[in-house]
Amino acid sequence: MTEQDTNQGIPVPEGDAGLIETDYTIGQDNVEGQLGPFGFDVHNPVFMVSGLSIVAFVFYALALPEQASAVFGWLRPWLTSTFDWFFLGAANIFVLFCLFLIVSPWGAVRLGGKEATPDYTYIGWFAMLFAAGMGIGLMFFGVLEPVYHMAISEPLGVPSPIAEDGSIIPENVEAAKKMGLAATIYHWGLHPWAIYAIVALALALFTFNKGLPLTIRSAFYPIFGDAVWGWVGHVIDILAVFATLFGLATSLGFGAQQANAGLEHIFGIPNNVSVQVVLITVITAVALISVLRGLDGGVKVLSEINMGIAALLLVFVLLAGPTMTIFGDFLAGLGAYAADIAPLSNPFGREDTGYMQGWTAFYWAWWISWSPFVGMFIARVSRGRTVREFIICVLLIPSLVCVLWMAVFGGVAIDQVLTDPTASAVKTYVIDSYVPELSLFAMLEGLPLASITSFIGIVLVIVFFVTSSDSGSLVIDTITAGGKVDAPLPQRVFWCTFEGAVAIVLLIGGGLGALQAMVISTGLPFTLVLLLMCWAIFKGLTSESR
Amino acid sequence: MFRKIMVPVDLRHTESMQKALSVAADLARHYSASVCYVGVTGSEPSELAHRPEEFAEKLKKFAEGEAKERGHTATSHMVISHDPTTELDDALSRALAETGADLVVMATHLPNVTDYIWASHGGTLAMHSNASVMLVRG
Repeated sequence: MTEQDTNQGIPVPEGDAGLIETDYTIGQDNVEGQLGPFGFDVHNPVFMVSGLSIVAFVFYALALPEQASAVFGWLRPWLTSTFDWFFLGAANIFVLFCLFLIVSPWGAVRLGGKEATPDYTYIGWFAMLFAAGMGIGLMFFGVLEPVYHMAISEPLGVPSPIAEDGSIIPENVEAAKKMGLAATIYHWGLHPWAIYAIVALALALFTFNKGLPLTIRSAFYPIFGDAVWGWVGHVIDILAVFATLFGLATSLGFGAQQANAGLEHIFGIPNNVSVQVVLITVITAVALISVLRGLDGGVKVLSEINMGIAALLLVFVLLAGPTMTIFGDFLAGLGAYAADIAPLSNPFGREDTGYMQGWTAFYWAWWISWSPFVGMFIARVSRGRTVREFIICVLLIPSLVCVLWMAVFGGVAIDQVLTDPTASAVKTYVIDSYVPELSLFAMLEGLPLASITSFIGIVLVIVFFVTSSDSGSLVIDTITAGGKVDAPLPQRVFWCTFEGAVAIVLLIGGGLGALQAMVISTGLPFTLVLLLMCWAIFKGLTSESR
Repeated sequence: MFRKIMVPVDLRHTESMQKALSVAADLARHYSASVCYVGVTGSEPSELAHRPEEFAEKLKKFAEGEAKERGHTATSHMVISHDPTTELDDALSRALAETGADLVVMATHLPNVTDYIWASHGGTLAMHSNASVMLVRG
């Protein structure tokens, strides 16, 4: 005898949704077993092939460092200069497709079924997608990019206000200031978030509404049918694991170098490999604790804490800097972005190739190579939102926050450079010599309480790495477990540790640069993957009830 | 002595839980208590179900089967967790509060070295709940 269940506190009922009927059972290709005291449950080819090929590439980079750095060092700029039009054009399509979905009737489709309720509150959700998406980049590029585009890269041919002898050319100042911000906002605004939104929406739709496993291959079901469960799908998933793990490991290696440079600059802590290895070990250890605490107890809590600290730093810089000028910059930058987004995103016939290929195409390849990781993580935490709500929140709100961040950090830095060029540390580290990892600290130096705010800056960098490392382990584990979200915990611990180990090995043996260039090169095949995803999303949405 | 017995089940591995299931049924008949079978799932599709409601249906069928086979009163209760791998302890505590059970009977593994790193779910539940907890070794 049974009673009707009462499931308080959980999202029921799910309502209508266009389930895909397939004979495939999640986990049917998995190998389950016990390795000593540890249980495992992994997808057969995906786990082994991606794990072994990662080890093989690390060996290659260590055994033949010059060849590896020559090959990948050539490959990355070759791709971004040869396929610049493709990256720019594709990114434009992603933005337009997202905007179309907001206004289209399919915007009303709810992820997770017609009556699903959101898993997370707006604050928790937003903090997580932001921390995974670009938190770390904001710390690194917030000062560097606006100053660099204002003074050096000359986007759309807008001339630099700084003459070769270091003096200011007053008539160039206004236009260059605006362009510095607009050109930066362009890289951190609608386009990157549209890239993430496409991947996240595709995965959320095919997982929560269609009932397919939470892996990248599921988004291709409308295109390949049941063949996605075979080698086509294996290759897609392996590429995603490969890009995610190397992307995280190389960023972790470089991040440790940046944090070390900051620590040396502020506290005089020696800048060497030993300190950096300690930093990576600490970050990985904290990430492991976060992994063990799970999605809600670990990464969500850390993301919210980091969001709070970052907001405090933003408010401090805003108040300590020339507040009214910054507000003016924010509005002017936003206006310039709106005015220049069309020429900046034009893929053809450009003369500012230094900016377009060296920065824009590079960024697009970078965002796209990260998109399987960030997209999958965003998908995982976005159940219960409508497509319209999802796109607005993933595309427009983070874009606005990035605009504000860039306007504040970049605005203060530009102001420092133009007001007193001889005393500006930002000018020294960005314009006179190129030491990007010190640009944030150089800007903070010009404000009160510099050692405290710089320390907070380093803490933020480290915690953003912890959240990336944690959410990355979650994503890699889910993909290599064939879409299972309840695979044994030691697997997640394994991926988190493996990522830290790869970072340490590459840091000691060399090869961080080469392998990061390789990861960014995966942006090219993934651009095709994303274009196909747009079509798959369209197909998927049209079969949903609204 | 006991009114409601909560039995956490992993529907993928019911064959390895036979001893615990049998003990729970015996106790239920002895004390005229009802058994509530609790299953924890994520909202993502799994090998058991495409969506939570399908999981709830399977859990309900399982409870019906147990009730019929072993002759006791049974209900089922599904708990959705954002991250079932790491949040199982929280999910079980929540289930205990929601079902109002006063005894938990659950299958557990033989202790090994990993218990020093992360404690068993049964042990954690016993540590944090007011209900009696009976762990049944495989």
